[in-house]
Amino acid sequence: MEDMSAFPLEITGEDVPMVSFRKVRKAYGSLVVLDNLDLDVAAGEMVTIIGPSGSGKTTVLRMLMTLEQINGGVIYVDGQPLTHMSKGGTLVPANQRHLRKRRADIGMCFQHFNLFPHMTALENCMEGPVQVLGLPKAEARARSEELLELVGMIDKKDQHPSRLSGGQQQRVAIARALAMRPKVMLFDEVTSALDPEVIGEVTNVIRKLVSEHNLTMLMVTHQMGFARDISDRVCFFYDGKIEEQGKPADLFGNPKRERTQQFLSAVKEAV
Amino acid sequence: MFDWLFTDDWFPKFDWRWDFAWEILPRLLEATLNTLIAAAAGYLIALVVGLFLALAQRTNYRTVTFAVREFVEFVRSTPLLLQIFFIFYVGPQFGVTLSPWVSGMIAIGLHYSCYLSEVYRGGIESVPKGQWEAATALNMSTLQTYKRVVIPQAIPPAIAGLGNYLVGIFKDTPMLSVIGVAELIHTANAIGSETWRYLEAYTMVGIIFLVLSLPAAGLIRAFEGFVRRKLGM
Ligand SMILES: Nc1ncnc2c1ncn2[C@@H]1O[C@H](COP(=O)(O)OP(=O)(O)OP(=O)(O)O)[C@@H](O)[C@H]1O
Ligand SMILES: [Mg+2]
Repeated sequence: MEDMSAFPLEITGEDVPMVSFRKVRKAYGSLVVLDNLDLDVAAGEMVTIIGPSGSGKTTVLRMLMTLEQINGGVIYVDGQPLTHMSKGGTLVPANQRHLRKRRADIGMCFQHFNLFPHMTALENCMEGPVQVLGLPKAEARARSEELLELVGMIDKKDQHPSRLSGGQQQRVAIARALAMRPKVMLFDEVTSALDPEVIGEVTNVIRKLVSEHNLTMLMVTHQMGFARDISDRVCFFYDGKIEEQGKPADLFGNPKRERTQQFLSAVKEAV
Repeated sequence: MFDWLFTDDWFPKFDWRWDFAWEILPRLLEATLNTLIAAAAGYLIALVVGLFLALAQRTNYRTVTFAVREFVEFVRSTPLLLQIFFIFYVGPQFGVTLSPWVSGMIAIGLHYSCYLSEVYRGGIESVPKGQWEAATALNMSTLQTYKRVVIPQAIPPAIAGLGNYLVGIFKDTPMLSVIGVAELIHTANAIGSETWRYLEAYTMVGIIFLVLSLPAAGLIRAFEGFVRRKLGM
């Protein structure tokens, strides 16, 4: 049993991080994917995670979205524990009810979009607000249309996903996640499944979000140029740990660690 | 070459009487209606109970999952006829006395619900994991996820399988004759024992089954296409 007294029931004070991983551990059987991960993301910050395949980047996002259970440590969102809840003055693993309450702060976009194929673009966006948030249909529709406008998909609002290109589907997926008004948005390689010529439509939407909205974002990407442009901070993951992190200009321009240098030069050659 | 076909000692057996056929037609049509009602009622029960059996096998409660899986296995590996007898004749010993109709509907409905639950299960499993994850990311509850996301997508691939069992249930309704449900075979038997004429009644019953079953496959396929279009898939 882990000693939970090392973890606060909530994080208080000034500058409470929007997301805080504290000594988080994740293992699949005997394979330790993340070990003792400490990572804070400030409110409004855009943090990009880069690193070789299998280094645990996706796992970080999936744990935060509560799609994976963690095996140690605690994740806090906006100062409140996400993976745990306080009971009798100590932290115990969260139950479904707690997860449902805390998860509302987080939204996620996936590599393969995962739109609901039996709903139109608009219906995809309205689904969460109507079913989960209980908004009246008219309000959910107005909110969804506004977001589809933002991502440039308003003309296609009545199309089903099967009639949309990958780039268009991903933009709808971003609108769908935003419709829940999350505080934190997660992007897991949202351009990796796209044809090169449509990557720009999706990255431009994310750029717009960064410049016009005060969202906290955590993004995994293999597009180094994009990461360099828009991130406040870049974390280089290697073998389940943060090998190096810093401002994009520093990390890309002047990497300190050998593994970072190797990775960045390997990526450069591949391009 | 085929002369033997028309020799007297063979041919007379074929004494088809149109007037008799005409005379028993109303009774057979009424029995057809009963057969259709029995098949439809049994199928409706099977559609609903089957879905619950499929969902129950996916809950996190081990005992529920285990009990339901065993029940499904048990029902699938014993004959329908035995189940019909059991409910009708053994039920009363446990204080459950049901009419032939009700016993029949329950037996056939439960029997087929076990087969349909497997079809549903296949359909549910065909829904990609990413759909569940997207629903979680939207903070939907398990119930909402099933209702709004998973089941609507599980139905179209299941329609062909579900439809086959509709034909199956229709063809199994004659088993209900053993407990006295007045469906087609029961009526044909009754006509036979009253008149000592079997040819017309059984032939007509065969034709009725054929005429009703044949278009089913095409209709099911058309329905599947309709549902897919309706869901935009
Ligand atoms: N469900 C699972 N069961 C077992 N092992 C898993 C599972 N999911 C991920 N892993 C393993 O965990 C490790 C980290 O996976 P993860 O998907 O986080 O990597 P990643 O950095 O996102 O890689 P990529 O760039 O290829 O997407 C890998 O070794 C992977 O094989
Ligand atoms: Mg990944």
